[in-house]
Amino acid sequence: MTYETPAFIAMFTAIARSMEENRDHLCALDGVIGDADHGIAMQQGFAAVDKALAALDAGQASPTDVFNTAAKSFLNAVGASSGPLYATAMMRAGASLKGKATASAQDVALLIPAMTKGISDRGKAQPGDKTMLDAWQTAADRVLALVEQGSPLAQVLTEAVAAAEAGAQSTIPMEAKLGRSARLGQRSVGHIDAGAASAALVIKAISESFG
Amino acid sequence: MTLTKKIINSGDDVVDEMVEGLLLAHSGIVTSVPGSPRSIIARHGPRPGKVGMVIGGGSGHEPTFVGFVGKGLADAAAIGNVFASPPPDPILACAVAVNQGAGVLFCYGNYAGDVMNFDMAAEMAEMDGIEVRTVVTTDDVASAPRDQRHKRRGVAGNFFVFKAAGAACDLMLPLDEVVRVANLANDRTYTVGVGLSACSLPQTRRANFHLGDEEMEVGLGIHGEPGIIRQPLQTADAIVDDMLDRIFAEMNPQRGDRVAVLVNSLGSTTLMELYVMNRRVRQRLDALGVEVHATWVGPYCTSLEMAGASVTLMHLDDELTRLIDLPCDCAMFRAG
Repeated sequence: MTYETPAFIAMFTAIARSMEENRDHLCALDGVIGDADHGIAMQQGFAAVDKALAALDAGQASPTDVFNTAAKSFLNAVGASSGPLYATAMMRAGASLKGKATASAQDVALLIPAMTKGISDRGKAQPGDKTMLDAWQTAADRVLALVEQGSPLAQVLTEAVAAAEAGAQSTIPMEAKLGRSARLGQRSVGHIDAGAASAALVIKAISESFG
Repeated sequence: MTLTKKIINSGDDVVDEMVEGLLLAHSGIVTSVPGSPRSIIARHGPRPGKVGMVIGGGSGHEPTFVGFVGKGLADAAAIGNVFASPPPDPILACAVAVNQGAGVLFCYGNYAGDVMNFDMAAEMAEMDGIEVRTVVTTDDVASAPRDQRHKRRGVAGNFFVFKAAGAACDLMLPLDEVVRVANLANDRTYTVGVGLSACSLPQTRRANFHLGDEEMEVGLGIHGEPGIIRQPLQTADAIVDDMLDRIFAEMNPQRGDRVAVLVNSLGSTTLMELYVMNRRVRQRLDALGVEVHATWVGPYCTSLEMAGASVTLMHLDDELTRLIDLPCDCAMFRAG
């Protein structure tokens, strides 16, 4: 099975739909230990991506073009913290597909580690800091292990979702070390990080769009 | 849950429509960069050989940031969505617009999102051959312990740091000196805020946190981030005393010292209440023998319609006193 430009556009449409549906839920999570705008940033960002990709000529654009267009439109629609983090993630994903008109199943699986590297490099968070990286890194580690074993894409993606959700849940007992909630110290304990929660939803949407 | 009431057309259009109205009201003072409506520039600020000063951050804090653009203060402000940093493009557009060959200062509050976006814009500006230096404001005493001052948020004290740095730019000081002054101003500026009720984003119209009828939160942030302690609502004098005790513990004021005072509304707290607070601020400073060189009272750094207030003291020296006194002419603030 191989994947071409329309598959990646469809992936972003799926993420955009999920963020639309979960906007108020994510804002409510963010309101507990942040400033309650995370759902809006994610919804606006991926809506802008969806719009920009709809204007792209899918016959001419490469998968890398899809990710670079997505990165630029997300960044300029959002700013905030999620803007640079997700834009860098998308640029790294685009770079991982550079020069390819079609992507293999393994290429698709490796998008998650590529995006994770971008988030990690830009945000300089460590696992355990109570950020979106706790969901992304858990998923990426699982993906890399399964790809190493030669597991089929469907299994890799299904387990990536489970790992991301576990990673997001793991932020609940953590004390925030980075971002706005870090100023709360102990008071951040007991609440899920909204960025990790949305990361699990993004990974779920990616998985379902290729499933 | 109850929806809050706002006079808006659509939550998604509120920032762009605010800018449109602002430019119409103050067309002699500010305009926007062509093709980049969220990059607001001063008509009479930038001039050959002057360091360009770019401030910015999320919307919803007006008159911070857009209101402080004009001669003698910031040359430009890049603004984002409500409570969200602007992306790099409008920041870069500001830097390009105000660069006059002497370099550009980026000055903004210390938030992870702002730091990432301004840093990306700085890298892009450097690639265009524009020298950029950055000073982030960290005046919020309640947001981290004293030994981690670099982790603190920038809040209403932005006003004093912007004022001093903007004046240094207006006096044609070179970039190194402007950076020194901005750091000095930030190091000597202390803010403590107290929140009485939540605010709501225009897109959701839902309160972003909840405080009980008789509760207040000391040290909350200007985006509604929870503070350091939640306690029963106190009298104005007790609130001010607690704020000043926290500030004095760090500022260590001596008899004969001079300060500038800012008593700031977070949005819906009234001037009546702010002046009641200012009365107490002055009583406390008088008792210590500290001279109040200047006082500003009003909404200078808001959090949408949040109820609450902050007190900022800038511990003046001769240099900062001169800079604070220098005239400026902005859309929402004028001095001298």
